Amino acid sequence: MNKKNSLLSINNLKVSIAEKIIINGLNLTINHGEVHAIMGPNGSGKSTLAKTLAGHPECEIQSGSISYLGKDLFDLSVEERANEGIFMGFQYPIEIPGLSNTAFLKAALNAKKKSQGDEEITAVDFLKELKHNAEVIGMDQAFLNRGVNEGFSGGEKKRNEILQMMMLKPRLSILDETDSGLDIDAMKTVANGLNSMRRKDSSFLLITHYDRLLGYIKPDFVHVLSKGQIIQSGDSTLANQLEEKGYEWLVKT
Amino acid sequence: MQPSNTKKSNPEIEKVIDQNYQYGFVTDIESETIPPGLDEDVVRLISAKKNEPDFLLEWRLKAFRHWQKMKQPTWGQLRIEDIDFQSISYFSQPKQKLKSLDEVDPDLLLTYEKLGIPLHERAKLAGVAVDAVFDSVSVTTTFKEKLAEAGVIFCSFSDAVKEHPDLIKQYLGKVVPYRDNFYAALNAAVFSDGSFVYIPKGVRCPMELSTYFRINEANTGQFERTLIIADEGSHVSYLEGCTAPMRDENQLHAAVVELIALDDAEIKYSTVQNWYPGDEEGKGGIYNFVTKRGDCRGKNSKISWTQIETGSAITWKYPSCILRGDNSVGEFYSIALTNHYQQADTGTKMVHLGKNTKSKVISKGISAGHAQNSYRGLISVSKNAEYSRNYTQCDSLLIGGECGAHTFPSMEIHNSTTTLAHEATTSKVADEQLFYCRQRGIDEEEAIALIVSGFCKEVLNKLPMEFAVEARALLQVNLEGAVG
Repeated sequence: MNKKNSLLSINNLKVSIAEKIIINGLNLTINHGEVHAIMGPNGSGKSTLAKTLAGHPECEIQSGSISYLGKDLFDLSVEERANEGIFMGFQYPIEIPGLSNTAFLKAALNAKKKSQGDEEITAVDFLKELKHNAEVIGMDQAFLNRGVNEGFSGGEKKRNEILQMMMLKPRLSILDETDSGLDIDAMKTVANGLNSMRRKDSSFLLITHYDRLLGYIKPDFVHVLSKGQIIQSGDSTLANQLEEKGYEWLVKT
Repeated sequence: MQPSNTKKSNPEIEKVIDQNYQYGFVTDIESETIPPGLDEDVVRLISAKKNEPDFLLEWRLKAFRHWQKMKQPTWGQLRIEDIDFQSISYFSQPKQKLKSLDEVDPDLLLTYEKLGIPLHERAKLAGVAVDAVFDSVSVTTTFKEKLAEAGVIFCSFSDAVKEHPDLIKQYLGKVVPYRDNFYAALNAAVFSDGSFVYIPKGVRCPMELSTYFRINEANTGQFERTLIIADEGSHVSYLEGCTAPMRDENQLHAAVVELIALDDAEIKYSTVQNWYPGDEEGKGGIYNFVTKRGDCRGKNSKISWTQIETGSAITWKYPSCILRGDNSVGEFYSIALTNHYQQADTGTKMVHLGKNTKSKVISKGISAGHAQNSYRGLISVSKNAEYSRNYTQCDSLLIGGECGAHTFPSMEIHNSTTTLAHEATTSKVADEQLFYCRQRGIDEEEAIALIVSGFCKEVLNKLPMEFAVEARALLQVNLEGAVG
């Protein structure tokens, strides 16, 4: 692959959690503007890969390297990675009672602007954009003033992740099982949000169990993860094959 | 506490008293702090220095004699170092003034900067003589004129003693008698100054009153006394304390606040307390032992306390309401934040005496580091207080694993028509909450501040607007070093 264009390049990565190796020699390159899907059975290391990229403290790097925008990712703190454009959509978004969604998003956006030496966004511009994005994904305005994910249903939480992603305009969005627990309508709106962001300067890593989401968002590459390694890569047709045959035929080879 | 420097005999004081009699001690701003020690002569000296009328001296002396028979209370959930009352100086004129900001502790200036306090205010707060640079006198006068037009009296306690002795005589010590407790008695004996407010009948005070202005006039000592009287149908909102850390050598701060609301009157009293909390190892800091009580004396009266307690090595206080008048309302909204080795034992007493009286208590305790934070509350309903209602909610938030939160609610209900509700929660700032915030680009300290401000939302919303912003900033500053 063309290194010059690469946004993210993972080389022979080994990661453990609580002294157990979860990622075991993983290689993956994502170029600007590409959409990659990672599929695989439970416990194959999908979520750990997402957490490792975001810098979760429980992920211990055993060996290997990750370069992001030409930098050593391990040199960057969690918030530096975020401000450099890495966004992680959480599988289980956390609640922060009392802190309004709007205030939280504004703090996040301004942290990013500050890190880039830009001026803070004005309240008017911010609210305009927020309302627009909420409409695109069919989120009720009432949610904007509620506490972050406070009392949200599973689907509402996932929508809220997409809203944050749209506001923060990341270079690399890692969505960890964002489709799980969503009904078809919610899935469509999530896909709407995501598709509205597809352009040359934004890339995606979709972590998913099923190919349902991939029916709405066509990935450029599909990878199958098993026991912490990518065992098969292909184009979007690979997802269909997996739907028909399951993972067994790949894992056994 | 201050290094022990006990002096049993007080020849110097006697000398000063003699001088006092000779020259009358006119406003002597430059006068030094009197030597440590406390006896009747010191009480007389303070009264003489302030040219007080006899009734006030008598009252001080009665308080002092009563105090001598009292013992320090020990019931708080607190670890208090021994206090040597003979090692304290009881008349603390402003310490030597600094000539410029260059002489001020740079850490302190940095804190002010973070709080967004304008430069000239920073100078004032740091105790730099700014009179020459800023015409603070004319500013004060402008406010005074506006208040005078409305008939509002707002002045230092000393001035009130001189100019409105009848009001002082009528109301002083009526809500918090000197016999009330150890520190109230001590305060009554030795208080040096404070604030006085009187709002006449039917007047809505045209502006927020604040001790900010009072500080401009005189730096008050560690034993202040505030008396606020809201006459029938009047309304006042009062802000106490400045939002800046007052790093002060004064170790014991024992203030008394008395509020009186007559028929249909309303007093809203907000405090942002940020005295020096001691260092990260728990050395030094202020002992903030304060008695605050409001008397809803008239029917339909209302007293509302809002407090943001972030400073002091130990905070020990219970702003309370005596709901005497029928249909009167008492409220208590509190945020107590303790970090490092700070301790807080705070809460309220709501004493329902009148019919249809209502009270509401919202308490938010936040502990970080090795701090201990207690809520202690009493809801008391007397036999005659028919159809009284109380709602109490106390929530605790823990940051890290070394701190503690405790709640001691108690209720004494003597009337079967009472309605009560009590809710309490304890939660922790979870690592996953921090990670979530950081993944969105927010650094750890700001993340904690955001989580805490969410936790405190209901109380922060009760603060006057311009104050709420500063209070949030203050929470953030005081949480620095709470993690990692």
